[in-house]
Amino acid sequence: MINFLILPILIPLVTGVLLIFAAKRIMLQRWIAGISSVIAIIFSALLVQKVRARGIQTLDVSSWEAPFGITLVSDMMSALLVLTTSIIAFLCLIYSFWSIGEAREKFYYYAAFNFLIVGVNGAFTTGDIFNLFVFFEVMLMASYVLLVLGGKKAQLRESIKYILVNVISSALFVIAVAYLYSVVGTLNMAHISVRISEASQGTPPGIITVIAVLFLIVFGLKGAIFPLYFWMPGSYYAPPAPVLALFGALLTKVGVYSITRTYTLFFYHDTGFTHQLLSFLAIMSIIAGVIGAIAYWDIKKIIIYNIIIAVGAILFGVSAMTTDSLTGSIFYLIHDMIIKAALFLLAGIVIAIAGTSNLHKISGLIKRYPGLGWTFFISALALAGIPPLSGFVGKLLIVKGGFEAEHYWGAGIVLMSSLLVLFSIMKVFINGFWGTPRAYKGEDKVPVGKMLIAPVILVIIAVFYGVGSEYVYPYISQAAETLANPEIYIEAVLKEY
Amino acid sequence: MKTNDIILQTATKVVLFLIVLFSIHIFFAGHYTPGGGFVGGLLTSGAIVLLLLAFDMKTVSKILPVNYIHMIAVGLLFSIGTGAGALLFNVPFLTHAFGHVDLPVLGDTSLHTATLFDLGVFLVVVGVTMTIIQTIGEDE
Repeated sequence: MINFLILPILIPLVTGVLLIFAAKRIMLQRWIAGISSVIAIIFSALLVQKVRARGIQTLDVSSWEAPFGITLVSDMMSALLVLTTSIIAFLCLIYSFWSIGEAREKFYYYAAFNFLIVGVNGAFTTGDIFNLFVFFEVMLMASYVLLVLGGKKAQLRESIKYILVNVISSALFVIAVAYLYSVVGTLNMAHISVRISEASQGTPPGIITVIAVLFLIVFGLKGAIFPLYFWMPGSYYAPPAPVLALFGALLTKVGVYSITRTYTLFFYHDTGFTHQLLSFLAIMSIIAGVIGAIAYWDIKKIIIYNIIIAVGAILFGVSAMTTDSLTGSIFYLIHDMIIKAALFLLAGIVIAIAGTSNLHKISGLIKRYPGLGWTFFISALALAGIPPLSGFVGKLLIVKGGFEAEHYWGAGIVLMSSLLVLFSIMKVFINGFWGTPRAYKGEDKVPVGKMLIAPVILVIIAVFYGVGSEYVYPYISQAAETLANPEIYIEAVLKEY
Repeated sequence: MKTNDIILQTATKVVLFLIVLFSIHIFFAGHYTPGGGFVGGLLTSGAIVLLLLAFDMKTVSKILPVNYIHMIAVGLLFSIGTGAGALLFNVPFLTHAFGHVDLPVLGDTSLHTATLFDLGVFLVVVGVTMTIIQTIGEDE
């Protein structure tokens, strides 16, 4: 079946449309959404196996041959990210069943949820730079709905900021694409890469560098790197936990993925300026994120600032551009998606119990909720990268790659940041879970057991991802190989080149 | 206050059909010449908005008892369905089929599955425009 790689995009799309009809029947919506996301996981897993067995999969949509039509490309990196997205989507979905509330469910929550997944999976899969923009917009439209749904004052305030930032960055995105198109005359990503190589012969013309920086600004705004992350702590603070988990785990990672893709496929000829800039910004993101994560006494804010640290670490690996560091980046990217989703969902439970996210007002949770406490503890260790949990291998490879590329300072800071990440997340654990237990208003109504299902599964996946990294490694290294050697990607898409 | 809009109402009754017919013309013209589902949809929703201006929301929803949000979903199903139909024939997603068919009255007609896709676009555009306008209208 040649259409295989479009199924992870098509399934949530059809589901989203069907859910519009079932808007007022909550149980029906839950069943449809749940079953379809399980099917999506199965097909994404099969896609990963297919890419593993037969190499990069491509699909010339509408039978227009590349580079003239839109091409969808599933290399190992995009297939793995699509699989991770489908798993996280399913778990956030079942977490929503017990936490999102009837009012939102009746107001197209599940439909918007599925459209968001369409956008994310589409952005990971597409092989056309303008189509990437389209999928970004699909994802953003859905995220506007999810962010504003509920209509609390903070949500409305943050939605305005969020929409404004994203409208501006989308405008910049179109400008950057138009700029690139006027220089190379094509939109197919593989073809762009070929044309840039032809044009540069050694050193690329200055205009390519300008475009590279423009793309960095655009994707940096979505991916929240220094100094473009200013909108994120506020906007991500507003929505409820499952939406926050989706945003934190998926949306910023789409920006990171786009930077990785463009910087390894297009702008790899002259790394002197662009990749130095990327590495500098990545290091600054780590530092800024660490400062935020340590400074705040709010459980949501601490985890949100940890997103910025992770983005920095991943992009530092990308900027070093060695096979090791790229492997590490992909390893860490997937780890971070899983563990951030788990942490946000756990934070959601804590906030549901305590009614606040202020750490000064929470204590002693582990006595009454041991399951919650230990799950949080394990995910905190995994976040910091304590071996043998999932963060370790990725960070090790990133640091190793950093040393190989002689970025000693950067690699050192990535190492140091792990300690401070551990400190910031242990602060949550020590203050929130230790100490004398308190009684909270309305805590008996919280279905802690049911809400724990999703984060516990995520943590189990994270543990296996770390312990079983030997089995995961071949997949990741196949993904990194494609990134390190753009010819593989180009050959798969354009065939005759 | 009761406004005297007898001229508007009488004119609307005639103009409405002209606009709708024209929008259908534009919709079918769209295959080889400028036009198509998007413009056709906008024209049709323009006609409905004119109806809303001349009469009021209650009257219009009595004449056209349509749930516009469902209309969006139906439109999306049409478009996705046309694209996904390609999966059955194992050709790339969104691949279209076309051919000439001898129809009884119309004679030799060129039929194209892209029309079904465009019909979906048409429905989505009408649905979205009307949902937005109705939501703003209800606010008052």
